[in-house]
Amino acid sequence: MFKAKAVSVPYLIWMAIFIIAPLVLVGIFALTDAEGSFTIENLSGIGRFTPVFARSIWLAAIATAICLLIAFPMAFAISRMSERRQNLFLMLVMLPMWMNFLLRTYAWMSLLENNGLINRFFGLFGIGPFQMINTQGAVVLGMVYNYLPFMILPLYSVMTKIDNSVIEAAQDLGASNGKVFSKVIIPLAVPGITTGITMVFVPSISTFIISRMLGGGGNLLIGDLIEMQFLGNSYNPHLGSAMALVLMVIVLFTMSITSSIDSEELEDMLI
Amino acid sequence: MTRSTKSSRAYLYVVFTFLYLPIFVLIFFSFNKSKSRNLFTGFTLDWYRQLFQNEMILRALVVTLAVAAIASVCATILGTAAAIGIQGMKRWSRFTVMNFTYIPVINPEVVTGVSMLLLFTSLRYFLNFNMGFGTLLIAHITFNVPYVILSVNPKFRQLDNSLYEAALDLGCNPTQAFFKVILPQIMPGITTGFLMALTYSIDDFVISYFTSGTSQTLSIAVYSMTRRKVSPEINALSTLIFAAVLTILLIMNFKDIRSENSKSGLKKKGAERI
Repeated sequence: MFKAKAVSVPYLIWMAIFIIAPLVLVGIFALTDAEGSFTIENLSGIGRFTPVFARSIWLAAIATAICLLIAFPMAFAISRMSERRQNLFLMLVMLPMWMNFLLRTYAWMSLLENNGLINRFFGLFGIGPFQMINTQGAVVLGMVYNYLPFMILPLYSVMTKIDNSVIEAAQDLGASNGKVFSKVIIPLAVPGITTGITMVFVPSISTFIISRMLGGGGNLLIGDLIEMQFLGNSYNPHLGSAMALVLMVIVLFTMSITSSIDSEELEDMLI
Repeated sequence: MTRSTKSSRAYLYVVFTFLYLPIFVLIFFSFNKSKSRNLFTGFTLDWYRQLFQNEMILRALVVTLAVAAIASVCATILGTAAAIGIQGMKRWSRFTVMNFTYIPVINPEVVTGVSMLLLFTSLRYFLNFNMGFGTLLIAHITFNVPYVILSVNPKFRQLDNSLYEAALDLGCNPTQAFFKVILPQIMPGITTGFLMALTYSIDDFVISYFTSGTSQTLSIAVYSMTRRKVSPEINALSTLIFAAVLTILLIMNFKDIRSENSKSGLKKKGAERI
């Protein structure tokens, strides 16, 4: 068995300073006031923002579900191609990610506007214009558009390992296409699904740009609130840290649901 | 079978249209004579000309590329070394380290950005530094490393240990065996990790926004422009970036195909010789 524990030391030091210490600071700030004495006022004050938190969770959950529905067949189709075509299509999936995220969102702004291209297109048939920008739908669209590759890539990377002979074996043993999907492909893709959900849900729930650009001022999310406490008008890093703490708890709770499957998988591999 | 391939192909086209339509609209309007983002009034290259005279954007571009390149190389080295070390650890220490490694991935970007902002502002009580390129770089390396570790780790799980032992039996020392046997096997993971790190770095806005201080990346420049009115210069810039990335990826793909061809050619030659 190949072992070289010592080479991970630089990373462990880095981790302690730049991953662990900052989070400890968030905790300290959340539990202190401006004078530095202990208080739980920051945390208890968050109750006022419950609607914002609920909206964030709801919109992010919808966006994640849509991403999964779009990405699953997509990743499967790509994973069944010849190797050369797989590389080409993966490239096509990743290419939009190289465009700046703000530019991509900005592009949707001009498409969704009241006199934007989509409404002009509808206008040709004499329908519309529809109010699309500054709605919750636009925010969800922005999330799906920006984070879809993050769902496709992990799904693809587990599906490409599914051997065709496994699928053929299931078919030979009499499974219908639906059965093959639900009994073979989906169970084998579970690690990819959980990774994909993490990678879409987390940035969706915490975004503050998409909501600001596509949702107008009326659809504030948690991210907007936190940003405003640190760099915005209502400067209060203590309240902001408390909000960040709550956001982390929400995310960890979500992960604890998805990763319970993961750790079983891990144990299976270890045994 | 043919019907299902046809429908899956149609499906792929629909999704790719969704992914690319906004980008093509963006590109199309970079050639627009007026500033409108909806009405095409005539062809011009003026925005490109103005772009190359806009010092703010050019400087931001340099910062973005420099940060992304340095951060992803550092993160790849740090992360690969970490992954190598982690897989040799006992179960519990591996579990602990991996859980901490997951933090920047799982944690919302806003939280990571805010927590690093808190760290840097707190450190400034003790050390004399300004937030800028240095803090930006540190932040980027920090959120990139986990992606490298997470893409290298699975390769270790797939690793066939008997190959490593065989190399030792055949007279390699552990270092040689690592470079000749293990590294080639985990290389796809390292490459994936590096590319992910690079992509995340270039694309990152949120963490940079909180940690960049005085220096400005492209996304921050764009953000400050969207708050006023975006000039089509930004469209022109997107077009150039898109073209550059496309070219790089195409060249890489052609190289792959050529090396595959030459490899199979070599195999054939070898077979003939035998």
